Amino acid sequence: MTTRIDTRFAALKSEGRAALVTFVMAGDPDHATALEIIKALPKAGADLIEIGMPFTDPMADGPAIQAAGLRALAGGETLHSTIDIVRAFRVNDTETPIILMGYFNPIYIYGVETFLKDAKEAGVDGLIVVDCPPEEDDELCKPALKAGLNFIRLATPTTDEKRLPKVLSNTSGFVYYVSITGITGSATPDFSKVATAVARIKAHTQLPVAVGFGVKTASDASAIAKGADGVVVGSALVEAVRKSLDADGKATSKTIGAVTALVSEIAAGVRAVKK
Amino acid sequence: MTIQQTLNSFRTGPDETGHFGNFGGRFVAETLMPLILDLEKAYTEAKADPAFHAELTSFHTHYVGRPSPLYFAERLTEHVGGAKIYLKRDELNHTGAHKINNVLGQILLARRMGKTRIIAETGAGQHGVATATACARFGLKCVVYMGAVDVERQKPNVFRMRMLGAEIVPVVSGSKTLKDAMNEALRDWVSNVEDTFYCIGTSAGPHPYPMMVRDFQSIIGKEAREQMLEREGRLPDSLVACIGGGSNAIGLFHPFLDDASVAIYGVEAAGHGVASGAHAASLNGGRPGVLHGNRTYLLMDADGQIAEAHSISAGLDYPGIGPEHAWLHDTGRVTYLSTTDSEALEAFQLLSKLEGIIPALEPAHAIARAVEIAASKPKDHLMIVNLCGRGDKDIFSVAEHLGGME
Ligand SMILES: Cc1ncc(COP(=O)(O)O)c(C=O)c1O
Repeated sequence: MTTRIDTRFAALKSEGRAALVTFVMAGDPDHATALEIIKALPKAGADLIEIGMPFTDPMADGPAIQAAGLRALAGGETLHSTIDIVRAFRVNDTETPIILMGYFNPIYIYGVETFLKDAKEAGVDGLIVVDCPPEEDDELCKPALKAGLNFIRLATPTTDEKRLPKVLSNTSGFVYYVSITGITGSATPDFSKVATAVARIKAHTQLPVAVGFGVKTASDASAIAKGADGVVVGSALVEAVRKSLDADGKATSKTIGAVTALVSEIAAGVRAVKK
Repeated sequence: MTIQQTLNSFRTGPDETGHFGNFGGRFVAETLMPLILDLEKAYTEAKADPAFHAELTSFHTHYVGRPSPLYFAERLTEHVGGAKIYLKRDELNHTGAHKINNVLGQILLARRMGKTRIIAETGAGQHGVATATACARFGLKCVVYMGAVDVERQKPNVFRMRMLGAEIVPVVSGSKTLKDAMNEALRDWVSNVEDTFYCIGTSAGPHPYPMMVRDFQSIIGKEAREQMLEREGRLPDSLVACIGGGSNAIGLFHPFLDDASVAIYGVEAAGHGVASGAHAASLNGGRPGVLHGNRTYLLMDADGQIAEAHSISAGLDYPGIGPEHAWLHDTGRVTYLSTTDSEALEAFQLLSKLEGIIPALEPAHAIARAVEIAASKPKDHLMIVNLCGRGDKDIFSVAEHLGGME
């Protein structure tokens, strides 16, 4: 099975540069604005798009993404409406890979089989579900692979040599290396260690390795792009959304532009690194 | 749903992947996965080491004051006019609740693992106080996460924790109560993997916590069993305990699960009533889902978003329940009832006036149902109620509810 994710990473490899993977939260600050932001991402320089599925209790996320999820939930975003966003995006873009990222409970309550079917039909390419480690692969990972979706796993600094093969076993699309032991948005990684870690993972897999957690600027992105196949940026974009809102937390005329401007800036950082 | 007849034993769980039937498991972020595997290994080794048990027993005897008495509540029994009611007096433990049983086990384990920094979540503050106490005793750094709402309603315990040298972090995310404190503790653990041990306060969380906490709390049921055999020459006919995450309850229940003659009742917090939607009764008013590392019954909306629980008792104010209880519920071995805020307040006063024992609001929930069940039983029916905590921490908030102390 070849997905849009595989195709995109292969194309960028022959172009000789790393991918920019952008994360935004579905429904943040409201459903319609989130859709417009997501539609604008590819032109701003995003190569792959991660869409957060909001959850009340995001255990691995820092304050920025927690708050984004709560804004989305307050606006009435649901997993159904998140899948609608993907469907609407696909009307004009059939190439940019889309990955849904979040936690298991909303999917479990939606019904795993129905969710996979609906997501696939809407044009989703992969899933990142933070609280489904390899030990729980029967729950979602294996059914997702069967449904033709990539299941992208997180590897972390605590994933040692012995555990890596287990983490990589049912992973597809790419490997998401979380560059810090910590929650999203918390710390800037030590870039010198990132390259070594990526090399360590690459010794075990042919899959592209994208690195995230802590990327805020174009120069962070360049530093990571040197050693990795992809750079993930999330909290910084979500913060750009928040800062653009009015006093009542509503979108303003600046909201979409605030996100795309930052994406363009970071994309330039990624593209400056030739391989 | 009852498959009770087909099971040989209710005491063999969890399986090697941490499941009680379909419940439990290890739904955690990859960063934590190696840590809980490590913990499981360390716990398995400690469990097999007589020196670990000897150390724990010594602290139980000389520091906690175990065994806790099994007390015949004569005036309460007379008042009810039915079953003979015994109270398992875990409120007499050092720090005032059953929480210390579990904490000592985990802290001794943390020491074996070479961890120097302990984190905990707390609702009523009893688990936080117990953790701060053990950390003071062993010279370990202690950080306690507590919902900002609970910091407000359990002030005496916040002060106690500070006296004991713990750092209290008020949690302002989400509903600002126990579930959010647990989220925040998990975030801390993800960020401090090297030196930190997460001391979970109830029989919930990812495997091996539900099993480990149950094992440490089972001292309650083991003692109660022996004490009842000694006093009455036979097993009790029924057991009653309140349920937040379910640790005091599973501690009392577990040693009796295979004694078919013993009827077992868990009591959830019904808040303003299960029908009102403002409650903490996950079994009676929730459905299965995945949160905090395990599959269990949870309070949530139609989209799988976790709902805020409500209870007058901060220690029961949690939208989930330990996975073993979810399984015992589905198998029908344990009957789960619920008690409202106002019923708990009445029971709180009843026990204070009749027995001279001010219970915590948590076990007051158990007392309320126990009194009702006992009334329908013959005089030779033997009942044990887990009096898992004392009410000192609650007197101010109860006074507020009752409209003053006059
Ligand atoms: C006295 C007391 N009882 C019961 C509980 C509820 O916890 P569990 O259900 O784990 O026993 C608490 C929690 O704080 C408590 O302090």
